[in-house]
Amino acid sequence: MFTRKLRIAALVAASLFGMSAQATDITGAGSSFVYPVLSKWSATYAEKTGNKLNYQSVGSGAGIAQIKEGTIDFGASDAPMSAEDLAKFGLGQFPAVVGGIVPIVNLQGVAAGQLKLDGALLADIYLGKIARWSDPRIAALNPGVKIPDVKVTVVHRSDGSGTSFNFTNYLSKVSPEWASKVKFGTAVEWPAGVGGKGNEGVSQYVRQIPGSIGYVEYAYAKKNAISYTQLQNAAGKWIEPSAVTFAAAASTADWKSAKDFNLIMTNAPGDQAWPITATTWIIMYKKSKNASHTKVAFDFFKWSMENGQSQAASLDYVALPDTLVKQIEAYWAAEYKN
Amino acid sequence: MHATVSSNAPTTARAEEAARNARDTRNDRLFGGLLKTCALIVLVSLVGAAASTLWLGRDAFATFGWGFLTSSAWDPTNNQYGALVPVMGTVTTALIALIFAVPVSFGIALFLTEIAPNWLRGPVSSAIELLAGIPSIIYGMWGLFIFAPFVATYIKPWLMNNLSADPPDGKISWLVQHVPFIAKFFSSEYPFFGAGVLTAGLVLAIMIIPFISSVMREVFQTVPTRLKESAYALGSSTWEVVWDIVVPYTRTAVIGGIFLGLGRALGETMAVAFVLGNTFKFTPSILETGSSIASTIANQFGEAEGLQKSALMAIAFLLFVVTFIVLTIARLMLRRLASKEGS
Repeated sequence: MFTRKLRIAALVAASLFGMSAQATDITGAGSSFVYPVLSKWSATYAEKTGNKLNYQSVGSGAGIAQIKEGTIDFGASDAPMSAEDLAKFGLGQFPAVVGGIVPIVNLQGVAAGQLKLDGALLADIYLGKIARWSDPRIAALNPGVKIPDVKVTVVHRSDGSGTSFNFTNYLSKVSPEWASKVKFGTAVEWPAGVGGKGNEGVSQYVRQIPGSIGYVEYAYAKKNAISYTQLQNAAGKWIEPSAVTFAAAASTADWKSAKDFNLIMTNAPGDQAWPITATTWIIMYKKSKNASHTKVAFDFFKWSMENGQSQAASLDYVALPDTLVKQIEAYWAAEYKN
Repeated sequence: MHATVSSNAPTTARAEEAARNARDTRNDRLFGGLLKTCALIVLVSLVGAAASTLWLGRDAFATFGWGFLTSSAWDPTNNQYGALVPVMGTVTTALIALIFAVPVSFGIALFLTEIAPNWLRGPVSSAIELLAGIPSIIYGMWGLFIFAPFVATYIKPWLMNNLSADPPDGKISWLVQHVPFIAKFFSSEYPFFGAGVLTAGLVLAIMIIPFISSVMREVFQTVPTRLKESAYALGSSTWEVVWDIVVPYTRTAVIGGIFLGLGRALGETMAVAFVLGNTFKFTPSILETGSSIASTIANQFGEAEGLQKSALMAIAFLLFVVTFIVLTIARLMLRRLASKEGS
């Protein structure tokens, strides 16, 4: 009798203990680009470990501001922080997941993936220098493709976004004129065209304007069956957007010589690399402000890199290639001290 | 003893009365203070909000000075900002909205109070109130997916054919040839694209109609039946009763209702962000794309830093200023009307 009571008490105590030890809720904030995959990962992760992840997709700028203030356990940003900024606040950063950005067009009779554009031409289109689709430069890249002779209308994002950041970064890498006039950022002064709010705004505008060209996240273009283009990459090869070509960009980008992974991987050198591939950086304190939370956060990202590939793929993101995961784990071991 | 009792009774009664009076005075004062606090909260929060946008926008005002008001630049990578295009866009879309919303709301309110049969009044009034409760993002999505394509297929080509210098059908109309400058207001770089200043104004008009018409309906009901019946008895038509009795009787409240709608149109964010096209090019044309203050803030605030954030706060402060100016003009108009009536 007595022993049974004791046993029950022990069980209750153990379960209580177990629960309190497990129920660590970590919070993060920032980029909306990673929000879908983070929320899917965190649901599975919570089922496995009981630790919940609360992520607010408030925008990269706000994410960085909040981690600087130390109100969250990690920030997520579509643009890397500079080495000086990281050092100043005692922060470290590493990439979490990879995705692609694709140009989309509304040209009657041109199928998805049929139209070919190279970087310089894409930049000139966005600079407003190509007036009609019958331009000889477009025809020269697309022999045999029947392109309607309509006016070119450029569509860009009106809201500040990581998508715009990576797209304009690519254009400044391939066009000196873009680099000197417009530069790159989450929002820029667009030389031409109209602005749609969010992926849905851009894709709706592209659907509504014959002869328009825009850019959206690959997952969005694929889900909504919008006609995307091929691009010529840095190696001179014609590439179609896909998980394979995004992964190729992530693994051929020169991460080794980039301190704190401070590298924007657009225009990556690999033969198979899709030129506008993007990642989101996770930003955390090198010297933890809350050891138990930091431990769970690291455990979560480690778990996601090792087990999250299929879930990422179902959302048309690409998990990080193995070589990069190894580098990140080495970076953790070297830089983060708990 | 008898004397003491009789002299005491009124004294205690009087003392009680005095105590009650004192209590009442104190309670009245407390109640008055409470009410004053309620009213002051509005004033304090208004001044606080305006002051904090001014404070957070100080960098932008200090950097660009008066040029901030006249510059049409909005260049985050080179940190050059100007408020001209957003301010213009805000005022133009709100004015277009008023031009369409006021007559329609007037018609709705008159129909409901003067003409509609009783069984119809209830359902239509509830429908209008429901319309006022629809969140603005719904209007934005509707505008983006349905109304903008409609404008692009039907309204915009017609306007451009008749009023612009580069019509899609190639024939420049008589009006454009003979009226100077008119073509400037109806030109468009994207003839097949529905989003723009006019579209945003029309969506705003639909959004503010419920506000204006329900205020108008309420105040039209306050007109004494005696006055209306007398006018009818003297042989007035319905229109004459409305124009000479109902409208003068309710003028102040009607204008108040219109300005309630205007306030909403000036500050509307999501619906406008979806159908305005979000460009920062200065143009007088209502068929071109543009930007408004609220849509610019909604678009860029999430990722803005440093001077860009400050510029966004600065235009937020300008929205206060614009609204304040508009309301002051309204007050002056009302005062002038009142003094005319007096003379």
